Amino acid sequence: MNAFLALVRRDLAIARRRLGETLLAGVFFVLALSLFPLGIGTSADLLARIGAGVIWVLALFAVMLTLDRLFQADHEDGSLELLLLSPQPLALLVLAKCLAHWLSTGLLLVLVSPLLALLMALPQTALWVLPLALLIGTPTLTLVGAIGAALLVGSRRGGTLVALLVLPLWIPVLIFGVGAVDGYLLGLGGRPQLLILAAMLLLALALAPLAIAAALRLAAE
Amino acid sequence: MSAAEPLFEARGLACIRAGRLVFADLGFALYPGDALVLRGPNGSGKSSLLRLLAGLTPRAAGELRWQGKGVDPTSEAHRARLHFVGHVDGAKAVLTVRENLQAVAALLGGSADLDAALAAFHLVPFADIPVRWLSAGQKRRLALARLALVPRPLWLLDEPAVGLDRRNCARLAELVTGHRQAGGICVVATHGDIELGDAFVLTFPESAA
Repeated sequence: MNAFLALVRRDLAIARRRLGETLLAGVFFVLALSLFPLGIGTSADLLARIGAGVIWVLALFAVMLTLDRLFQADHEDGSLELLLLSPQPLALLVLAKCLAHWLSTGLLLVLVSPLLALLMALPQTALWVLPLALLIGTPTLTLVGAIGAALLVGSRRGGTLVALLVLPLWIPVLIFGVGAVDGYLLGLGGRPQLLILAAMLLLALALAPLAIAAALRLAAE
Repeated sequence: MSAAEPLFEARGLACIRAGRLVFADLGFALYPGDALVLRGPNGSGKSSLLRLLAGLTPRAAGELRWQGKGVDPTSEAHRARLHFVGHVDGAKAVLTVRENLQAVAALLGGSADLDAALAAFHLVPFADIPVRWLSAGQKRRLALARLALVPRPLWLLDEPAVGLDRRNCARLAELVTGHRQAGGICVVATHGDIELGDAFVLTFPESAA
């Protein structure tokens, strides 16, 4: 547990000192979204109808942007070898890295999402539903994405490949994430979708660290 | 060194990398205080052997024994008894020397002595400087400082003296001597830039490839 917390603290300290790099995902999220009203016009009806879907897709892209550095940086400076040599279970250390990654990217998206809901002229309900759905969904994005990032450690062109590898696996999160938000906005309720998102998160929490650890061991050979 | 059981023993080790047999039927027996020096041309398998002993590379055949009992080099128990210092320094560029050592100490576990680690390679003057400002040799000293950070009986060092100046080579040799006097074992791949006293030498032949 000591190593777990120390690793989270280390990665957060690095994120803090590379603030420009860390905020990149959030800045991309806001900037890319602000193009939509410019591109398709300011019709509030139209924006509100596509709003949830667009915001979720951009959240996927924003997380994707940050994935290739997740383990690649550790691989390049050799600290990945230290993780593999630690007597702590590797799956636990990997979970610590995912937690730090989510705290410095996913959480940021959650926090700025009400602003984006306003930009897309979404109804008031979205101000709490959207962040809630993202809060449950983005950790799954990090965990599943980390499997792809770990598989591609050490390969050149990892950044582009990780998109091909991970995007299909993220589709369920996208479907139920958008479903939950739209359900509440249309007055149908989105509780089942939120619960499915939570179930996916629990499944990813249990299985992804093992897959990531195995992939990293393979990369170190 | 009259104990009946060797502390660390290898029998019939073989390693295959990228479909090529790097070495086969390799064995040694080391007693407390022993050092084994690996020599040979580049690419002859010295690093592969060290990575195999550290559990980073799978072995194709053979067995390893610690205190007479067979061990799986990829097990957590085995990782808890070794130090491996490879070619990469494993330091985070934006963190300071002290922060890096703290992170390493937490990862390695056990009782860490931060002051001893800083003192071992004279890192105290730049303890609070981010690692990216250090020279290659200073980064090397930071990587080696983990040897003094946490006590471990088995040291696996892959060309540890690359980039070190003469004074720090002597510090490293001193550290290894102290480790051996305390009953530790050291396996080092080196081209002869550190003085190890009476060590066994394992010479790798020129590779066929």
